[in-house]
Amino acid sequence: MKSQNLVLKIFLGLYLAIFFSYLLGPLIIMGVTAFNSPGFPRAAPWECLTFEWFEVLSNDKRIMTGLKNSLIVGSGTVILSVVLGLAGALMLTQIYPKLRATFYTIVIAPILIPGVVLGISTLVFWDRLNIMLGLSGDSFLHNGIFLTILGQSTFIASYCMLVFLARLQRFDMGLTEAALDLGATNVQAFRKVLVPFLMPAIASAAVLAFLASFENYNTTTFTFGKYPTLTIELAQKVRYGINPSISALAFTIVVLTIFAAVTHEVTQRRKQLALASGATVSAIRGDGFLLPGFLRSNPAAIVLLVLSVGAVATVGFASTYSPDSCKVVVREQKRALQQKQIEKIKQQRLQQQRDKATKGPDIFGADKSKVAPQSGFATKSPGVGAFGNVFAPTNLDKTQPKPESKTESPGKGAFGNVFAPTNLNETGPKKP
Amino acid sequence: MSRGVGVSLQDVWIKFGDFVAVREANVDIQGGAFFSFLGPSGCGKTTILRSVSGFLDPSQGKIIIGGNDMAGIGPNKRPTALIFQNLALFPLMKVWENIAFSLEVKGVGTAARRKRADELLDMIALTGQGDKLPSELSGGQKQRVAIARALCAEPDVLLLDEPLSALDLKLRQHMRTELREIQQRVGITFIYITHDQSEALTMSDHVAVMKAGVIDQISDGQTIYDDPSTPFVASFVGENNVFRGKVKSIDGDKALISTNRSGDLLSRIPLSAKGTLGVGDDAMMFIRPEALSIAKDDAAANNHVTALVLNEEFEGQTFNVFLEGDGGKEMKMSLVNQGKARESAKGSSLTLEYAPDQAIVLPAGELASE
Repeated sequence: MKSQNLVLKIFLGLYLAIFFSYLLGPLIIMGVTAFNSPGFPRAAPWECLTFEWFEVLSNDKRIMTGLKNSLIVGSGTVILSVVLGLAGALMLTQIYPKLRATFYTIVIAPILIPGVVLGISTLVFWDRLNIMLGLSGDSFLHNGIFLTILGQSTFIASYCMLVFLARLQRFDMGLTEAALDLGATNVQAFRKVLVPFLMPAIASAAVLAFLASFENYNTTTFTFGKYPTLTIELAQKVRYGINPSISALAFTIVVLTIFAAVTHEVTQRRKQLALASGATVSAIRGDGFLLPGFLRSNPAAIVLLVLSVGAVATVGFASTYSPDSCKVVVREQKRALQQKQIEKIKQQRLQQQRDKATKGPDIFGADKSKVAPQSGFATKSPGVGAFGNVFAPTNLDKTQPKPESKTESPGKGAFGNVFAPTNLNETGPKKP
Repeated sequence: MSRGVGVSLQDVWIKFGDFVAVREANVDIQGGAFFSFLGPSGCGKTTILRSVSGFLDPSQGKIIIGGNDMAGIGPNKRPTALIFQNLALFPLMKVWENIAFSLEVKGVGTAARRKRADELLDMIALTGQGDKLPSELSGGQKQRVAIARALCAEPDVLLLDEPLSALDLKLRQHMRTELREIQQRVGITFIYITHDQSEALTMSDHVAVMKAGVIDQISDGQTIYDDPSTPFVASFVGENNVFRGKVKSIDGDKALISTNRSGDLLSRIPLSAKGTLGVGDDAMMFIRPEALSIAKDDAAANNHVTALVLNEEFEGQTFNVFLEGDGGKEMKMSLVNQGKARESAKGSSLTLEYAPDQAIVLPAGELASE
């Protein structure tokens, strides 16, 4: 039994490890590339810790404009989709039972239709309408933001409707009747009874709508006009070649997402804890956030505080830290490496010529067999090799002079330069 | 201080498609009265209540509240307040906000609303509980909050849709007296819907007994119990032993019934059946379990029934004796517990007697299903 359990546990652990690395691995790698200095996003070889990509990102006009457009489109889509979705869901609860299935199919259809089709049809429809109304090409009906919001909302509203429908199924229609019976008008009953009940659903529908709008590409690609959104910009960037500023953007989004999720989770847990400890619901619903001693009483707030302090510290570090020295080191290393290779190749040639002269075409000569693999290895890794260059040919060369830059580097590179090649060099830093 | 207004239903029919939920209802409810609709579930009593409160319109006929025809007037414009079966307290509002909701929709300021809510909380003995949420209250407390919320709207007519059905027995009995007290204090018309006959009988001035959309009898509780007008009412309200048979002879307000299995029995003809029963007609005779007692002599008489004791049951204030008469006729007798150690008569044959005044005979008809 026990050994069986152990095996099961190991398998489960293994499965989870694979599962999570599959899920999170790409994100982690991408996060690492945002802080690595090479001009193409890559995690290995690690060169220098740098924050320059965030700066590049913030100076990238197109990305920033795309972000702005995405936010505008997102907000518009949220408003339109939530309103349409709520109306659709309410309609479904009120409509004659016989018509319900038909109506449901109609309003759910946009989810099943490919986004590309929605995009094209939105564009064509409003373009025709524009022409019919005899408006010019830059009229409101041709505005990219207007079209994108409409195009995205066609299917995002359906998602929202599903969210509302789930919540409405738990609504006691008797509550609306009670409100009416107590003298409320229909509008008052809706506003004071139904909307407060739907508030959680409205919030989740809004988040869902925003995220769906933010990441949408295939509908937007037809409708964006002069207002490319972030996804459109990113896709175009990939075509022209990318740099790690995209990783920096992705990293920022991931961090914001995690932060939001943790904050949400923490507040939820705090509520549950308070409920479990016997506090009244009304006390929690009330002005709990304004309590003066709230830091002392709940660990969640401390976590939040630590997170924000961490964020501030990171920003502070980033503003003072300069990767320049590290870059110089890397550049010097690369140059030295190249120099060495050139010399190696020269020596090799010299040797070959000499061999030719003395022994003729004997390719299995002792000297040659010693040199050939070395040179082959060296030519294959022109940059700074993996594993901090421990295997680089220079490490084996005892007569190689120390790199000049040594005095500049102590403690400033990543990990205090413990992995710098000079550390393995016998003539490197003096032993105590 | 009766400020309740009368409600009357005039020839009201309510149909859902082909289904007739309420058939030809004619009811006159006096202002300030406590009126109950009593009937098994699905008999259309809630439908009547919903049409009075304005959630559905009768297919035919008029509903008149306080002399005004209510046709075309929505629930929020009618002088009625409904207490729902599930209470329908607003779960996200505090107790006091719930109570003062009718003022909120009228645009009354917070301070005034709070003041009125606190007054009503005092009345329902929930002082200081106004800041809780409904979910934090017990069943009986929620019940009282629902009543306070309805009363806050100052209705002329309060409609109650089986509001006590979700409560346990003890609380239900307590709430019964409390409801009656509140009704007498505020003096408005209460219309109460229930399937529980003891609720209807204990609280109401008048009871309407309904069966499948038809009102069988409207009367005060005692009359309903003692002089039911149809076999349905006789069998639905309280327990009754039914004897089927034919009318053998009629003498004034007494009739001799030739029952199918128990011989000839003498019975009283209630007012409602007078003139409708003739000699030779199919009839049903009813004797309440508590009207039966053990006869002093075993002589055959037209108010004696012989039966075998099948089982006995002790129920506190009464002994219930289950008997089997001639031809397998099942009967029940209730004897008052006199506190003396009683010998079990199980298995023995008894002669039972009853006062002919306490038995009634009605034209044969439909009984309430068990």
